[in-house]
Amino acid sequence: MQQRRTLNEIAINRELLRGALETPGWWKFAVVGLASIVVIGAVAFGFQINKGLGLTGLSRPVFWGAYITTFVFWVGISHAGIMISAILRLTQAEWRRPVTRAAELLTVFSLITALLFPIIHEGRPWRVIYWLVPYDFARGIWPNIRSPLFWDPIAITTYLTGSTLFLYVAMLPDLGVLRDRTIGWRHAMYAALSLGWRGNPRQWRLQTVSGILLSALMLPIFVSVHSIVSWDFAVVIGVEGWHSTIFAPYFVIGAVHSGVSAVVTMMALMRWLWKWDNFIRPEHFDALARLLIVVGTTWFAFTLIEIMFSIYTLEAPELAFRDMQIFQWPWSMLFIIFMMAAFFIPVPMWLFKSVRNNIALMFWTSILVNIGMWLERFLIFVPALARKQPFVYTWGSYTPSLIEVTIVGSSIAFVGMNMLLFAKFFPLIPLFEAKESQVFTTNMRIGRATVPAVLREQE
Amino acid sequence: MAQTSILGLYDNPDSGADAMDGLHQAGFPPGDFDVLTGTPYPEGAFGEHVPQHRLFRFPIFGAMIGFTIAILVTAGTQLAYPLVTGGKPILAIPPMVIITYEMTMLGAVIMTVVGIIFESRLPNLQADLYDPRITEGMIGVVVSCDESRVQEAEQVLRSTGALEIKRA
Repeated sequence: MQQRRTLNEIAINRELLRGALETPGWWKFAVVGLASIVVIGAVAFGFQINKGLGLTGLSRPVFWGAYITTFVFWVGISHAGIMISAILRLTQAEWRRPVTRAAELLTVFSLITALLFPIIHEGRPWRVIYWLVPYDFARGIWPNIRSPLFWDPIAITTYLTGSTLFLYVAMLPDLGVLRDRTIGWRHAMYAALSLGWRGNPRQWRLQTVSGILLSALMLPIFVSVHSIVSWDFAVVIGVEGWHSTIFAPYFVIGAVHSGVSAVVTMMALMRWLWKWDNFIRPEHFDALARLLIVVGTTWFAFTLIEIMFSIYTLEAPELAFRDMQIFQWPWSMLFIIFMMAAFFIPVPMWLFKSVRNNIALMFWTSILVNIGMWLERFLIFVPALARKQPFVYTWGSYTPSLIEVTIVGSSIAFVGMNMLLFAKFFPLIPLFEAKESQVFTTNMRIGRATVPAVLREQE
Repeated sequence: MAQTSILGLYDNPDSGADAMDGLHQAGFPPGDFDVLTGTPYPEGAFGEHVPQHRLFRFPIFGAMIGFTIAILVTAGTQLAYPLVTGGKPILAIPPMVIITYEMTMLGAVIMTVVGIIFESRLPNLQADLYDPRITEGMIGVVVSCDESRVQEAEQVLRSTGALEIKRA
């Protein structure tokens, strides 16, 4: 709270609408660069459709590889948005203000990206329709609701719809600001999107209540989505390492770990690219790092429990799987990288205030966490499938092919490109939150010290 | 009689609150004047009438719709083509609970958003009297009254420090 600067509404509008009303020089280069990578990914996908899944490294018995890992990874990232936005809104944490929009946006774009991966993995994507919608009315054949592959799209569609609406409702006041500052087709677009927002007490009251009510509704969805994703694996009886009772909370806390880290990455980029030093301050990184210490340590405890209790049974297949996952090449190397990146390097570093307040260090450690968390999912799925199962006489390893690496890599560019395109039309930091923060902040004199204080309305 | 709208612009919240008090004391009905701001001020900061809303009914209604659709989708479709697979019951409760839960929540969220828009009296497609400077920090006090009371309303706004008065 010590680095706060007082700004009037004109200054807040000018600074926060810089991205939407002006085009920084770097923006075009960045969008073109990211779009080029997306196009390369799309071409690779087209090539894969034309030649078939034989272009991937997938082969008996490993049929879930990099694509499914990346699907779970992006669903995980999406958990940052609602977790940060909803919990911080409900607890009225003051430091939430510059974080919420970016976090909600990350949820929406990472969920859209996640949804693409089962379709890419499908090989013949048009066949998705067969397991999602009742396609054959003549014969009365319906989707199999007993399959987790049907639960997934239902849960993710619910989460995506809810997150998008949550994002839109919270943007209404800012759309009104944009409407007042634009002309031509952009004015018409913002006027239509703002629905005639005027900013009377009734609308502001509803805006406040909606933030709390939608947060309360989104939180149970947020928990259910990654639980359901984990059940894609946990309901399978025959694969060691998958059939685990703690998979749902383990996946949820892992998702929060990677998601909040992704928010840190995004916040650092926003501060550097749009020079929003007045809004995204070291105190925000400090608060996020403190949250990450708790989340990361909880996730680590779940990881230990998951491994420990699978070994504790002394069942030969389970022991053989863990031996392979942790000690056999190349999984052993990946396991070490995963542990170091997801926990042993970043979390101890965040214990130091000098690191928490150093934005460059926070940026790199948050990226490290997500490298580790991608590997975590990979190490859960692939070695478990690669191991020889009883009564099945096929086993083998898996290496992602160039096509898979290209498509997975381009998904990062896809999310980045969407974020930049969004930033060209809409503010990434909520203007009304920044303005409200100024109204509710004052300097209190206590003895000879002047202390910045935040006022809160009594409920 | 034709209604006229008058908008007074103020550069600080105190003057805006004075204008609201003045209009109240002059006998203008509470529903005929309102304050417009670009910032969410604390409730009652302008001595305004605290609005009542029925937003909390919407998610309950939405949840009921979502629940009903979910039951129709899960139970109805399985009963319509009762194919026993793996000796499992036609209506398997655990997967039905999962899908019903998600669709109930989806219904609740969608109807909440509908409720927010409806209760905020949006979309407002009329070109009401407004000034873009309101989103730059100005406080707007808008009065809707008969032609006969326009002078009186303008007098109240002017006497409380309106920097500019617009009429439509």
